[in-house]
Parts: sequence; C-alpha cells; structure tokens
Amino acid sequence: MLADKDRIFTNVYGFQDWGLKAAQQRGDWDDTKSLIARGHDSIIDEMKASGLRGRGGAGFPTGLKWSFMPKESKDGRPSFLVINADESEPGSCKDREIIRHDPHKLIEGALIAGYAMRARAAYIYIRGEYIREAETLQAAIDEAYDAGLIGKNASKSGYDFDVFLHRGAGAYICGEETAMIESLEGKKGQPRLKPPFPAGAGLYGCPTTVNNVESIAVVPTILRRGASWFSSFGRENNKGTKLFQISGHVNKPCVVEEALSIPFSELIEKHCGGIRGGKDNLLAVIPGGSSVPLVPAEQIWDAPMDFDGLKELGSGLGTAGVIVMDKSTDIVRAISRISYFYKHESCGQCTPCREGTGWMWRMMERLRTGDAAIEEIDMLQQVTKQVEGHTICALGDAAAWPIQGLIRHFRPELERRIEEHNAKFAEAAE
Amino acid sequence: MADRSLAPDTPDLRERWGGFEFTESYRTRADRAIARYPEGRQRSAVMPLLDLAQRQVGEETNTQGWLPLPVIEYVADYLDMPVIRVLEVATFYFMYNLRPVGKYHVQVCGTTPCMLRGSDGLLAACSKRGMKKGHVSEDGLWTLTEVECMGNCATAPMVQINDDNYEDLTPERLDAVLDALAKGEQPKTGTQEPGRHTSEPAGGPTTLTEMVDANHDYRKEW
Repeated sequence: MLADKDRIFTNVYGFQDWGLKAAQQRGDWDDTKSLIARGHDSIIDEMKASGLRGRGGAGFPTGLKWSFMPKESKDGRPSFLVINADESEPGSCKDREIIRHDPHKLIEGALIAGYAMRARAAYIYIRGEYIREAETLQAAIDEAYDAGLIGKNASKSGYDFDVFLHRGAGAYICGEETAMIESLEGKKGQPRLKPPFPAGAGLYGCPTTVNNVESIAVVPTILRRGASWFSSFGRENNKGTKLFQISGHVNKPCVVEEALSIPFSELIEKHCGGIRGGKDNLLAVIPGGSSVPLVPAEQIWDAPMDFDGLKELGSGLGTAGVIVMDKSTDIVRAISRISYFYKHESCGQCTPCREGTGWMWRMMERLRTGDAAIEEIDMLQQVTKQVEGHTICALGDAAAWPIQGLIRHFRPELERRIEEHNAKFAEAAE
Repeated sequence: MADRSLAPDTPDLRERWGGFEFTESYRTRADRAIARYPEGRQRSAVMPLLDLAQRQVGEETNTQGWLPLPVIEYVADYLDMPVIRVLEVATFYFMYNLRPVGKYHVQVCGTTPCMLRGSDGLLAACSKRGMKKGHVSEDGLWTLTEVECMGNCATAPMVQINDDNYEDLTPERLDAVLDALAKGEQPKTGTQEPGRHTSEPAGGPTTLTEMVDANHDYRKEW
C-alpha cells in the first residue's frame, strides 16, 4: 500500500481547512519561485521524465502535450492553459475532492504549468453543478491573488499569470477539449473538427492546452520531489499515484489515492471493505468511468489498475472511476441507463451520434425486458460499430463501448431474456 | 439530446418580464464576470450572465429561478449579442430552466452509480410526496427532475436541491431533508451517513489518519 507520506492529496477528505494558510502548512506554495526559476523547458523535461499521463481519461503524456505549445509568439497571440474541471463522467468524483479540499494544489499547479507552456492565463472550466465547489475555488483564487502568488509578478517570479474561473451549466460534452473551448467562448458546447489542434488554434484562436484538474494539481509535488520519485510507483508506462473513485456495490465506497497498477482486489479489500456479499458475489466492474466497457468478475480480480493492464482486458483506466456491480445487479439495465446518459448528453452535431444514441438506448430498453429478436443483438452490435469512429468527438465511441462490452461478456444473458419473454408470449397465445 | 423547449411567448410573459433589469448587486457581479475575459470577448460571459439572471428571477419569484424569453433578450442586449446566440446557449445547457420551477428544485441523480446504490427509492419517495418529474407541485414548493451524473458517485445516491448536495441518502433520509426544507429549515448538507465526513470510507479513513485531527505536514517524512 502507498505510504501516507507519498500521497499528494493529503487533505483529500477535507478533514482540515482548504484555505491558504493551512495549505501552506501542508507544503503548498512553498518557494514556488524556485520551481519557476528552473525554466520553461526544464519543467517540461521533468514532467516528461516523471511519466505522468493525463488523468482525464485519455492518458496522453502530459509533458509531451505541453511541448506542443509554441515557444514564442510570432504574431502576438497569447497562449492559454485551460483546466478541465468539467468532471461529469459517471463514476468519476475525484476533481471535486481536489477542488473543494485542496484547491491550492490546483492553483499552484496552474501557475507552474502555465509558466512552463508560456501561457498568459489559465481558465478553469468547472462543471455548473459544482456550485459550492466553485465558491471554494473562487475564494482560493482570491486568496492567492491577495497574497501575490498569482497575478502580476506571480510568486515574485517575474512572470505575470492570471487564473480565471468559468462555470459550466450542465453539459457533459463540455468535458471534450474543443467543446470546452467553444463553451468558454460563449457558445453551445459542440466539439470542433481537428485539426487545427488546440495547441495551434484553441481558445480565441490562440494556442491552448487543455489539461485535467488532477494532471495539473500533481505538478508542484512532482517538481518538489523529483520525477524519479513519481515514476517509482506503478509499472512501466503507467507511472505515478492516482485518485481512484470506487462506487457501486462495495461495502465502503470511497475516493482514495493509490499507486497506479495496484491490483483491483487490493484496492477493494484494503479501502472499500470488500465487495458487498463477498468476493464471490461480484458480477462485473466498469473500471474507468461509464465510457469504458465492463470487465467480468473473473478477469478483473487480479488485474492491475492502470492504463495498459485494463486495455489488455478490452477496457480502460479512463478516469479511474470504478463502478462495481454485484450479482443482484440487473446488468442490462445498468448499461441501458448508461446508454440513456449518452442519449441525453449527445450535443446533436453529428448524425450518427445524435440519432444513434437514441436508437441504441431504445434497443437496450427492449433487450432489458427481452422484447426483441435474437438477431437484433447482432444488429445492435453493428449499429454501435457504425457510430464508433464516425463522429467528430469521442462521445459516439463512449456510447458504443459499454454496449459492446455487454454483448461481449453477457450475450447469454441477453439471449436468455429474449427467450424467456418470447416463451411467455407463446404461452399466452395458446 | 435533451428535450427542451421554451415557455410560450405570450403577452402576459412580456407584461411580467419585459422590464427585467439586473439589480445593482447583480449588475456588479455581471460586470465582474465580463471582466474575466479579454477585451472584445465579452460574449464569453453569456453563461455566467444567464446564471445570474436566473438567480435574480429566482429571488423575485421565490423559486430556484428560470429564464423567460424577455430576460434572455435582456442578457443578449447586455452583451451586445444576437438573441438567437443567447437562446442557443440557454437551450443547450441543462441547468438553465426554460420553464418556471418550484422553490426547491429537487434533482435526483439517476445515472448508473446512483442507480446501483438506490436512486429508484429516492425517486419513489419523491413521487410519494406528490412530486412529478418536470412539474411544479401545487404548493409551489417542489419541482422534481431526474438528472444525469452529478459527480458524487462515492457518496451515492445523491440529490441536489438548489445549490446544495445531499449524499448517502436513503428514502427516509431524503424525507427528513425535504421535511426540513418544507419547514423553512436548512438541513445539514453533504453526506447524510452518520459519522462520515466526506468521501472517505464510511467508519473512518484507511489512509491519512493523521489528518483527521491535525493539519499534518508529511514533508518531514519525505
């Protein structure tokens, strides 16, 4: 188990005050000036060496992403850092804990990351439903301004850097980076075609990097303790610590920071009090937020919880929002409810997603009651393949994968329901 | 896509809301929001301004607030934007109420993590009290909406009522919260599980136990 001294988010449960003074006592904003004095490229190199992969779901190497930003502005356009706090993926609830309990880690990280990528300001895009969280974060930003930590000559580094908070208003799709940029510009949050990529033309047409809250909030600690410290946790290519969020049928759902690659069983037994009704009662797990395919009990138990380990199982780490389902679960309904979610959250821009998410949900509802023909399972599978990869952003994929996972692992259950339903009707007809 | 439509544009609506203007305190907040964006990019502030407008309407009607068309037009004018661009934003984002709501907007999360922990029971408890999805109750107190994941999955199931979250609910605990609100009291927000602080495992954290009682500085152990 990860030692407490190696946890980054020491106030993750909010037992202590989130305010500046308490945060400084815990080590935040400690000589930030000297971290910045290392220079733009040296910070980016350190981040690359740490092996940090983006914590928002896609797992793209953070340092590499920063290095795509222009080193100088040839045409006078400023660069921006946009921090993605639009945490809306079902199963994910980690950024909320960072924002309301350790906001200064995020603000300090914003300054350092912004400096490293030569950004003029950071916009933190927080989901609209995080109302109290946004109040806390704004108060923390105000504290940091008042103390001279951000703003003009931030932390006496000679670098000017602003941090602004922007509240969303209830649209999952704004977690997609270009939709977020559209939303920040005061429009509907509909994703943009790429290229151009945000690093070339993002917010207001200026070079922009969008990073997840957790990716940014771990930066100061990584720099203080060194890349080699961070990369001492987890397997090759899956380095560092991570906030796991375990929900569903465990005895004690919780958010907990652990080393990447921790086996699923250890995560559940050590922190969550085990599966409700015991290990044998486990049915399936959605290991990375609702977008990733489910993994059946026997495959997940010993699996390492990291990017590559879960990819090997045909799933993914995503945001590490682990949704646990025991044998009492109506698995078809659980996935159908996810299909409803994507139908509700489709932005309506691309036809395969706008029409497909509704179609898939209605089909799933029929499969739930068995009111379908066996061939329709294959038809559904085919439709998911027609949605996947045929849309501007990944919401279409995210809507397709959970259904594909269900068909892959629970086809007999789907067929059983259909047969049962049809038998009932045959009986009634006689 | 979410199914959303505007309240009909009637003479009554014009009569009631045609003269809408930000009060001085809302105007200050609106101008502060606009100042967060670069020169010439004031339309970026359309989301905070719609939120402020909804809140002011809420104060004037003793509800959570909503966005009548004349108010949307006022925001468009304030930001020098075409009305249709503001309308697009107002209809796209789910938190802008396009129809009147009750004093308390009871938003039950029904997405899978909450469903697994019993959100069905919460919805049933709401309908038992006479709430109906998308309707304002007769006494004007409640509007019920089933919402999508609110990001409180480790303390599921949960309900957001106006600005506050109530987590780790059971039908009984939700009833207690709603009873208190109906009486004009402010119930405890956050988790309703006795002894639980936030998202640590119930019964006490398995990690960072030193943080429970003191602001521990772990750097000494690095």
